[in-house]
Amino acid sequence: MKATKRSMYILYFMATFLTVPQAAYAMHIMEGFLPAPWAVFWTLLSLPFVLLGLKSIKKITKQNPNLKLMLGVVGAFAFVLSALKMPSVTGSSSHPTGVGLGAIIFGPAAMSVLGSIVLLFQALLLAHGGLTTLGANVFSMAIVGPIAAYGIYKLGDKLGAPVWLSVFLASAIGDLLTYVTTSLQLALAFPASTGGFMVSMAKFMAIFAVTQLPLAISEGLLTVLVFNTLSAYNKNELQELAVLKKEAKA
Amino acid sequence: MSTTAKNMMLILLVIILAVVPLLLKSGAEFGGADGQAEAVISELNPEYQAWASPIWEPPSGEIESLLFALQAALGAGFIGYYIGASRAKAKNKGNI
Repeated sequence: MKATKRSMYILYFMATFLTVPQAAYAMHIMEGFLPAPWAVFWTLLSLPFVLLGLKSIKKITKQNPNLKLMLGVVGAFAFVLSALKMPSVTGSSSHPTGVGLGAIIFGPAAMSVLGSIVLLFQALLLAHGGLTTLGANVFSMAIVGPIAAYGIYKLGDKLGAPVWLSVFLASAIGDLLTYVTTSLQLALAFPASTGGFMVSMAKFMAIFAVTQLPLAISEGLLTVLVFNTLSAYNKNELQELAVLKKEAKA
Repeated sequence: MSTTAKNMMLILLVIILAVVPLLLKSGAEFGGADGQAEAVISELNPEYQAWASPIWEPPSGEIESLLFALQAALGAGFIGYYIGASRAKAKNKGNI
């Protein structure tokens, strides 16, 4: 009994030693770290959103071919931000998602596609996230985040909040909810033996959501920065997309 | 306030948000949040074994940094190009 326990420990340390240096960089759910049924579940749940997104992108580029470049810009923004691994007050690090900007400008459907592309790139070339967990990561970063950002922006607009405030809150809360969703996904897959889902949820939230708090603020600020710049030079496009009102000042 | 001044302020705030944790937690490792999640998973379910591993992994931390830098550079380059081109267009039209 003791010998098997010791060999288990050795095996554990070897496994940790071999896997941690690479895996420590991934801030989405790591490859293989979601039981197969859950991996399938999140993939199936994400699929219709991505298909809807493809349709939406087709429509946008068909109606207005000169918006293609701006579509590239919001994709590039998510690409840049998800490469920035920033330190947080918890003593660990994570990265922003950058999907709020695109959701505000082109709607959440388009972002489900662009966000998925970013996640696929990171899974294939950086071992960041994974293919088996792609569905779950797409759901949190490319679906929940953009829907939240879009909803909050529209709400701020309706309530007459200044544009910069709506953009800030939309992108910051969208970022935070992405990682709340990640915590939820892990808690559902790994409920604690005593206390169940809620105990696990609290544990994963303490890691992901708390780490993400200052990063969500950073993401909000960076999104306002790029949005301001786009509003200054591309007002016509943004008015065409009904992101800005015709008479509103940028 | 001009757009440039506003943007400078936003950048300064982002830098402060990144530097403060480094000062507050000067001894911390700042490893990925997922490393901690992995530890929690093995605590909640000690028998759980990752059932898939990445098809390809960057051979070293340096190569990984290279790819992350490349990712950021490509994206930032594209955004910079677009904003520069838009600015030139707006200037020609006399909008700014």
